Amino acid sequence: MAAAVKVAVLKGPGTNCDQETAFAFEQAGARPDFVWIEQLKENPAVLSGYQILAIPGGFTYGDDLGAGRLMANELTGRLKDALVDFLKQQKLVIGICNGFQVLVKAGILPGGAVGSPQEATLTFNDSGKFEDRWVYLRQEFNVCVWTQGMEELLELPVAHGEGKFVVKDQTVLEQLLGYGQIAFHYCDPQGNEAGYPWNPNGSVGAIAGICDPSGRIFGLMPHPERHMFALQHPRWQREGLAGPGQGLRIFRNGVEWVQKRG
Amino acid sequence: MGSDRPRTTTGTCWRFVVRQKEEFPEPSGRGLKGDIQDLGITAVEEVRAASVYYCAGSLSPGDLQRIARSLLVDPITQEAEIQELSLEKEGAAVSSEEIFRVEDGTVTVEVGYRPGVRDPVEESFKRGALELGIRGLQRVHTAVEYALKGRLDAGTVDRICEKLLVNPTIQQVVTPEHIRLLFQGVAPTPIPIESVPILQANDTVLQRIGMDYQLSLNLEEMRAIQAYYRQEKREPTLIELETLAQTWSEHCKHKTLRGPIVYTEETPSGPRKRTIPSLLKETIVKATEELARPWCVSVFEDNSGVIRFDEEYHVCFKVETHNHPSALEPFGGAATGIGGVIRDILGTGLGAKPVASTDVFCFAPPDTPPEKVPPGMLHPRRIIKGVVAGVKDYGNKMGIPTVNGSVLFDERFVGNPLVYCGNVGLLPKDKAVKEVRPGMAVVAVGGRTGRDGIHGATFSSIPLSQESEVISSTAVQIGDPITEKRLADALLEARDEGLYAAVTDCGAGGFSSAVGEMGAGCGVRIYLEKVPLKYEGLTPAEIWISESQERMVLAVPQANLERLIALFGRHGVEAAAIGEFTQTGRLELYHKTEMVGQLDMKFLHEGVPQVVRPARWTPPSLQEPVIPAAAELTGDLLTLLGRWETCSKEWIIRRYDHEVQGGSVLKPLTGVRHQGPSDAAVLRPRLDSKKGIILSNGINFRYGDIDPYWMAVLAVEEALRQVAAVGGSLDQAAILDNFCWGDPTRVEVLGSLVRAAFGCYDAAAAFGTPFISGKDSLHNEYRFQEKTIQIPGTLLISAIAVIPDAGAVVSMDAKKAGSALYLTGVTKAELGGSSYYHSKGFLGSSVPRVDLQKAPAILRLVSRSIREGMAIAAHDLSEGGLGVAAAEMAFAGGIGMSIDLREVVRQEGMRDDQILFSESPTRFLLEVPAEKEEAFRTLWKGHPCARIGRMEGIPVFRVTGLSGRQVVQAPLGTLQEAWQRPFQGW
Repeated sequence: MAAAVKVAVLKGPGTNCDQETAFAFEQAGARPDFVWIEQLKENPAVLSGYQILAIPGGFTYGDDLGAGRLMANELTGRLKDALVDFLKQQKLVIGICNGFQVLVKAGILPGGAVGSPQEATLTFNDSGKFEDRWVYLRQEFNVCVWTQGMEELLELPVAHGEGKFVVKDQTVLEQLLGYGQIAFHYCDPQGNEAGYPWNPNGSVGAIAGICDPSGRIFGLMPHPERHMFALQHPRWQREGLAGPGQGLRIFRNGVEWVQKRG
Repeated sequence: MGSDRPRTTTGTCWRFVVRQKEEFPEPSGRGLKGDIQDLGITAVEEVRAASVYYCAGSLSPGDLQRIARSLLVDPITQEAEIQELSLEKEGAAVSSEEIFRVEDGTVTVEVGYRPGVRDPVEESFKRGALELGIRGLQRVHTAVEYALKGRLDAGTVDRICEKLLVNPTIQQVVTPEHIRLLFQGVAPTPIPIESVPILQANDTVLQRIGMDYQLSLNLEEMRAIQAYYRQEKREPTLIELETLAQTWSEHCKHKTLRGPIVYTEETPSGPRKRTIPSLLKETIVKATEELARPWCVSVFEDNSGVIRFDEEYHVCFKVETHNHPSALEPFGGAATGIGGVIRDILGTGLGAKPVASTDVFCFAPPDTPPEKVPPGMLHPRRIIKGVVAGVKDYGNKMGIPTVNGSVLFDERFVGNPLVYCGNVGLLPKDKAVKEVRPGMAVVAVGGRTGRDGIHGATFSSIPLSQESEVISSTAVQIGDPITEKRLADALLEARDEGLYAAVTDCGAGGFSSAVGEMGAGCGVRIYLEKVPLKYEGLTPAEIWISESQERMVLAVPQANLERLIALFGRHGVEAAAIGEFTQTGRLELYHKTEMVGQLDMKFLHEGVPQVVRPARWTPPSLQEPVIPAAAELTGDLLTLLGRWETCSKEWIIRRYDHEVQGGSVLKPLTGVRHQGPSDAAVLRPRLDSKKGIILSNGINFRYGDIDPYWMAVLAVEEALRQVAAVGGSLDQAAILDNFCWGDPTRVEVLGSLVRAAFGCYDAAAAFGTPFISGKDSLHNEYRFQEKTIQIPGTLLISAIAVIPDAGAVVSMDAKKAGSALYLTGVTKAELGGSSYYHSKGFLGSSVPRVDLQKAPAILRLVSRSIREGMAIAAHDLSEGGLGVAAAEMAFAGGIGMSIDLREVVRQEGMRDDQILFSESPTRFLLEVPAEKEEAFRTLWKGHPCARIGRMEGIPVFRVTGLSGRQVVQAPLGTLQEAWQRPFQGW
C-alpha cells in the first residue's frame, strides 16, 4: 500500500476553516497536519515533507490591509524559495475562500509563479455585504486536477464579503478560457449563467474558481469542505439526500492524483 | 525623490490614501449613502470612502513606495497617494475649512480614532512592513476619508458626521492638531496612590464619595466599607474602593436576585405579603435542584452551564447581555458582547471549544420618527445596523457559526436596546474541573491592558442617561477578534498539554473580578507593574479594573510557567506572570514594591450588606378590545407577516457565517429556496459523530405587560416548543434564563421580576427541564430631562437539547402536495399581548396561558411523531398564530395549502380572526403524508389534535371560515413578498 498522502493545512492568525478542511482530507484518505505559518517561516524546509498544501478559509490577520494580503506577502517573502521548490516538484495546492484570496494576491494564481505581478483579484461583493448562501456551480472544459470527473452541476456554500473575481484586463480572461483554467462558474439551478443571487458576488464571467495552467494549483471561493455530508446540504430533507456530500470528490481528486503519481 | 536613505522624522509623518478605482464599487460608501438618505438628507449624490494611513518612523522613499505598492494597494482595484505632513505646527484654533475640504461640489471629511484609543490595524500594518523588510516604521494610525458628492452646507455635513460618521466615544474628525496629538501623544499625568478619607465621613459625605469616584455603591454598602476600615484603623486606598465597587456591583454580584426581597402581591382578597430570602435560590436554582438530572455536570458555578454530550465530551452554554455598551457604540458593544461570552466558554472548566453562537436583540422599530429619539441616543436604524455588523465581524472572524436568534421591537427600547449574546462550547470530559492552589502563578494572557472599558461593571449597574455618552467614554470597549482567535487557539493547545490548573475570563471588572474570584478560596498577591500595557501612564487602579478585551487569567504551576509562556508566544499571544496565589486569605496589590491595596477576601466576597428590597405586583387594569368582525382576513394576515418582529431576517442571517466548522444540519433559513424561518438550529458539533444539539429561544416581553408570570411560563414553553418542533426530545434539554429589567429599586419593577421568576420555576418543574446558567441585567432604562423610559421587563429563555441522531430532525417547510395538515393543541380566545392586537393598537388583557399539566405530553408526542417519520414538516405557532405559521410553512415549501377553521380544536364562541391569530401556546402544525395518517391518528388519540387542511398542488393559500366562506386567499408569492419586504434593501 502506498504511503499516506501528507497535507499541510496552513494556519495563520485568523484562519478558521482549518479543522473542517483537515477533516475533509482525512475523509479523502490523506493525512493532514496543521502547519502554523510562523513555524513555517522559521523552518521553511518543513514544507518539502508534504505533497499537498491547503490554505483554508478564514480571516487571516483580520482582513487588515485587504483580505489575504498579509499572508500573500508572507508566501512571496520569506517562504518564496520553499514554495517555488514545492511547485517545481509538481505538488498540489488548494486555496479555499481566504486561501483563494491569498493565492491570487500572491500572484500564484492564475499564472502559477510565486510572486509574479498580480493579474486578478477578489474584491468586494457587488451586494456590498458579507453573505453566507448556497450556490450552484457548473463546470466547462478545464485542466484542473481537483475537479475532474465531477457531476456537471454542483452545490456548495459561499461565505464571504470579498469574493468578486476581477482581472487586470481582457487578455487575462482570454488566457483563463484558452488554457482551461476556469474550474467553476456560478449558475442558476438549470446551469445557466445568471445574475445575483445565483452569481453571489458579481464575479466577472461568473467565475467561482480557477487553476493555474498546470491544473495543480486551485483556488475557489465556495467551501467544498462544508459539503462533505448530505446532512450539510440545505435541502437534504426535501430531496431525501443521504451519505457523502458533493464536496468530497474535490478532496478525493487531489489525494488520488498524488497517489497515482506515486 | 532623492537618495533612498531613510530619514528619521519626529517632525513629519506620511499620509497614504488608498482609494478604490472609479470603475469598482466601494460598498461602505454605498451603504452610507443609504444611511444619509435615512436621515432625510437628499442632497448627497454619492459617497466614496478611502482608507487613510498615517505613518511615522525612519523610512526611505523606497520604503514608502513599497508600503504603498506591496502592502496597502490591490493593484487591480485600487490606487494610492502619498503625502508628507508636518507635525511641527502647534495647533491653533482649527478653522472649519481644515476640517472639511470642499472641491468641485465634493466635501471631504476624514474620521480617525481619538488619541489613546487602540488602532486595530496598527499591529498588522507593522507586521506587514516587517515582512517586506522595512524595519524603521514606528507608528501607524488609520483613518477613513469620506468624499460626499453634492451641494451640502456646513450644517448638513456636521449632521452627517454627528449622526453617522463619527462615534465621539472613540472617534473624531481628523484635524492637523489631532494628527499631532496622535503622534506626539498626550503627556500622561501620573496619579499618586490615593487614599480616600472615609473614616470620619457622615452619610452625606459617604454618598458624595461614592458619586465622585463613580463607585455605584449605595449608602448601606458605603457604611459597611467604612465599618471595615474603622476596624482596620486606616483609610482605604482608591484601588481598594474600586475593587469593592467592582466586586459588589450588581453586574458581578447579582445582589437583587440573590438578596432578600419583601414581596407584596395584590390579589382580589387583598394584598399578600411574603419575604423571599433569595429569589434565585427559591425559583431558578430550586427547580434545578429538585429535578436533579444526572446529566447536569456543572450548574450556576462555572462560567457557563455544563451538561453531558457523549462519552468524550460535555457541552456548555452561556448567554450574556451587553446592553449599555451597545446603546452607545453599537458595533463595538455588540462585538465585545460576543467576545465576552466566547471567553466565558473558553473559561469553562479548563477551557471549552466554542462551536456555535446565538444572538437575540430588542430594538425600537426602524421606522421610529427621528423626533422620538431622545437626545444623546442613536437612531434605532443605526443601532440595528451597528449591532448586526458587530456580531458579524466578531463572530465570523472567530470562525464560530452564529446559528440562532430573534429580533423584537418596541418603542420602549429606544433609549436602551437589548443585546443578548450566547455561545456553546464542547468541553472534553477530563478537562471539566479547575483547581487553584497556593503557590501557582497568576498569568495574564491575551491582549494588553489599556484604559478602555474602565467602570464597565459599575456602568452597567446604573441607568443610561443623556450624560452617559460623556461620563462613560472609557466604558466602551473595542474588540479585536483576531487577538481573541489567537488566544483561543493557544489556550486550547495549552489545555491539551495540561499546562495550567485553572482559567477564567476577564470580563466586567477586569482583573479585579477575575483574579479576585480565582483567589477567593486562598489569597492572591499581584504585582501590577508586571501587567503588559498598551501605553504608559495607567494608574495601578486603572490597570486593576480596566476592561480591555481579549484577556484571560490562568493559574499555572510554577514548573510549567516557562513552557506555557513559550507556547502562547508561538501563537503571537502575550502571557505574563503577574503574581501568585497565596494562603493568606487576603488580596494584596503591589505596584513597583509599594503595597497599593490589600483586602480581606472574606470581606471582599461576603461583606456586601444584604439590602432588603421591597417589591410589589399589582395586576394592571386592562381591557379586551372590541374589534369589528371582518369577512376578509387576507389583509390582516399580510400585515402580520410584515411586522418587524415576524418578517424575514434574511439580511441579518446571511451576514453571519452560520456554517463555518461544518456542523450545520438545520440552518436558520430553510425550504425550497432557503427562505423559510427555521424553528430551531440543529448542529453536529463533532463531524465524526451523528450526535446533535438543538438550540432555540423563547422571548416575548409583550405578554409581560399583562402578566410577567405568564410571560416567563410562555418563554420557557416557547423555547421547548421549538426543540420539539424540529423533533428534539426533552429527555436531555436544559434552559438558561436572562432577565433584562428596569431599575429594581422601583417596587413595581422588582415586583414584576419576582413574578416572572415564579413563572420560571413552575414551567421548569412542569417540563422537567433544569436551568443550568443564567444572568440578569438590571437598571435598563434611559433618563433624559425629567423623563425616564423603562424597558419592558424582558426574559429570554435559551434552550439546548442533546439528541442522539441529528439526521432525525425535520424542517418547517411544507414538503409535498397531498399531505394532510394537522394542528395540535387547543386554540383559545386569549389574544392579550398578541401580534394581532398590537397591530390594531391594542394590548388586551387575556394573556395566553400554558396548560402545565398537559403541555409536556403534547411536546413529547410532537417529537415522537417526527422521530417516527409520521410528520415530515413541523412548525410551531407563535406571533401571529395559525395564520402566520401556516403561511410561512406554505411559502417556505412552495406548496399551496387549504385550511378549514371549522376543524380547529378550540374554545367555544371564537371568531374567525381569533382562531386564525390567537397565540395560544403548545400548538404545532404538522404535515402528515397520507400513508402515515392512520398511525398518526392512533398516536394522538385522546389528545387535542385535528386535521385542519391539506397541501395543495397549486401555489395558493386558502382559509375557509366558520361560515363556510373563504376568509383568506392569496398566492404564495404575495405572502412571501409581504414577509420579505420590510428589511429588503438593508
